[in-house]
Amino acid sequence: MPANLKRSTGEAATASLVDVPRVPGAPKPDPIVKGDNITRTFGGLKAVDVQHIEIQRGVITALIGPNGAGKTTLFNLLTGFDVPDTGAWSFNDKSLAKVAAFKVARAGMVRTFQLTKVLAKLTVIENMRLGATGQRGEKIWSAPFKSLWGSQEDEITARADELLERFKLDAKREDFAGSLSGGQRKLLEMARSLMVDPELIMLDEPMAGVNPALKQSLLGHVKSLRDEGRTVLFVEHDMDMVREISDWVIVMAQGQIVAEGTPESVMADPAVIDAYLGAHHDTDLTELDPAELEAQAEAELDAEAAAEEAKE
Amino acid sequence: MDFGNIIDAALSQALGPQAIVFALAAIGLNIHFGYTGLLNFGQSGFMAIAGFGLAVSVVRFDLPFFVGVLIALVTPVLLALVLGVPTLRLRADYLAIVTIASSEILRLILGAVEFKDVFGGSNGLTGFVRPFQDLNPYSGPLDLGIVSWSRSDLWSLTVGWILVALGCLLVWALMRSPWGRILRSIREDEDAVRSLGKNVFSYKLQALILGGVFGGLAGLFHVLKQGSAVPTDFNTTFTFYAYAALLVGGAARVLGPVVGSIIFWFLVAGLGELFDQLTDGSGVNLPTWLMTDTQASLVRFIVLGLGLMLLMIFRPQGIFGDRREIAIDAR
Ligand SMILES: Nc1ncnc2c1ncn2[C@@H]1O[C@H](COP(=O)(O)OP(=O)(O)O)[C@@H](O)[C@H]1O
Ligand SMILES: [Mg+2]
Repeated sequence: MPANLKRSTGEAATASLVDVPRVPGAPKPDPIVKGDNITRTFGGLKAVDVQHIEIQRGVITALIGPNGAGKTTLFNLLTGFDVPDTGAWSFNDKSLAKVAAFKVARAGMVRTFQLTKVLAKLTVIENMRLGATGQRGEKIWSAPFKSLWGSQEDEITARADELLERFKLDAKREDFAGSLSGGQRKLLEMARSLMVDPELIMLDEPMAGVNPALKQSLLGHVKSLRDEGRTVLFVEHDMDMVREISDWVIVMAQGQIVAEGTPESVMADPAVIDAYLGAHHDTDLTELDPAELEAQAEAELDAEAAAEEAKE
Repeated sequence: MDFGNIIDAALSQALGPQAIVFALAAIGLNIHFGYTGLLNFGQSGFMAIAGFGLAVSVVRFDLPFFVGVLIALVTPVLLALVLGVPTLRLRADYLAIVTIASSEILRLILGAVEFKDVFGGSNGLTGFVRPFQDLNPYSGPLDLGIVSWSRSDLWSLTVGWILVALGCLLVWALMRSPWGRILRSIREDEDAVRSLGKNVFSYKLQALILGGVFGGLAGLFHVLKQGSAVPTDFNTTFTFYAYAALLVGGAARVLGPVVGSIIFWFLVAGLGELFDQLTDGSGVNLPTWLMTDTQASLVRFIVLGLGLMLLMIFRPQGIFGDRREIAIDAR
């Protein structure tokens, strides 16, 4: 873990945000990410149009908003997987605009994908090992000689095994990642991104498709990331989850940030209810039973997967 | 029918110099396609540039033979850079188009009358392999009863199979390493690899260069065992036969390309001899409405193609491939 990660707690995180105004683009006392005027258009559609965004260090920030609000696109832009039309942003005060995705990850800002990207034809443990940075055996000149990287590989494997145990994937260690269930893939992807040892971890719908039993433990994992000093930014549809674990919520709609605040304040905001709940205007999301929410999330995920496939 | 002749023809090709050329080229394609998922359809271009790299250095510039060999191994690196740098950031199909086009361009330039002074036109270049033959330690031909090789073939075989063995050793050592893990991951999902902080472009370029150098070795060996560099030897069918050999043996397996090349040449030569005997007018013969003697040498490729199709349907991972790697859907 980087030396500059300080252990933190839920209370400390909440305390650090009490004085932050509950307005879109609110400045934070200790931002790890700062962005300005970030826009991205697809054809005529303005998918992202963010005036100002700051992510507080050491807290769990939820990014919510209806489907198509631009959350994934914003993730893609911030992590170098897509190029913006305009905009500048910094991570730890280092400008990361137009920086290649792999350099963003190396800088300590690691993301997962809405449609999981586990390497199906590698085993679970190999997926994990791949995540470790600074591997001597990744250099072509030293790769043929195991004596040069074998001991480091053992250290990496030990670290990977610890994480697998923590994420309850140790029984699957030698299985091909392609044989995992959707929820297990989400877990593996999260665990693998931790192998990079990121300061900021960005999770795109980590709970989508995860069965309710696994969800509770996933929530615990996300909290533990904050408690060990990492900053978490995650996209989620399930309002119960957002309420339960996030310290701060940013709401997007039609590419813009329309509201910010604590989970309680945001969910009481009429503008949010309007933008986010949209079609479910007269249902209180929190009163839907979990199975129904699940089905809803699945349906949305499937629709996006289909759209993604159609694009390819 | 003379089965002895058929086996002789099949074995002497399967273990002979031609199989070595294919094995080396297919080892390169295995690094490209099998491990990294790069579609190089111009392996013959890498062969040509290396083969002529040696020939031109020695014949036209009077450089020492071993300097020529060195140049022959550097030229594929340059070709890989020229082809890879502009295309490896783009979608996979760009590399495929650029490699196939460049290999044809190279072949046409090498055979062009306009450049006869440099490359020797369609006859190519000869007279540069003397130092290689002078190193031949054998005193006579080898006759194993069922197969036999001339003294110079024997020398080529020794050098060639040693090269193949060393190549396999290198590929084995590389692919069990973290470097190889990155290549196999890139084959599956580049973005996942990027998201973990790996410079995907650089690794793809390294793979293209390394596989290209194996293509170069194949070309170098080809001109050495043949004693001449001839442009038409390096046409695109070569690349596709090498792919066929790779797929038969099994992609992403260390020995896949070698076993594939041996089997490929065993079948090409064995079937060729078999059909020859069945159409030569003596002994057992096929009716001429089915096959004439002029068709015989072509029919074997039809049969081979059919066999390849069946293999892809019933054993898509090739002979050595890992069923699990194929059977699991990525989604
Ligand atoms: N590559 C793309 N090409 C065209 N349109 C896109 C592309 N990616 C996203 N979009 C569009 O941009 C909008 C925002 O999408 P996205 O960021 O995926 O939303 P969210 O993650 O909030 O559901 C949607 O209308 C979507 O259709
Ligand atoms: Mg999304």
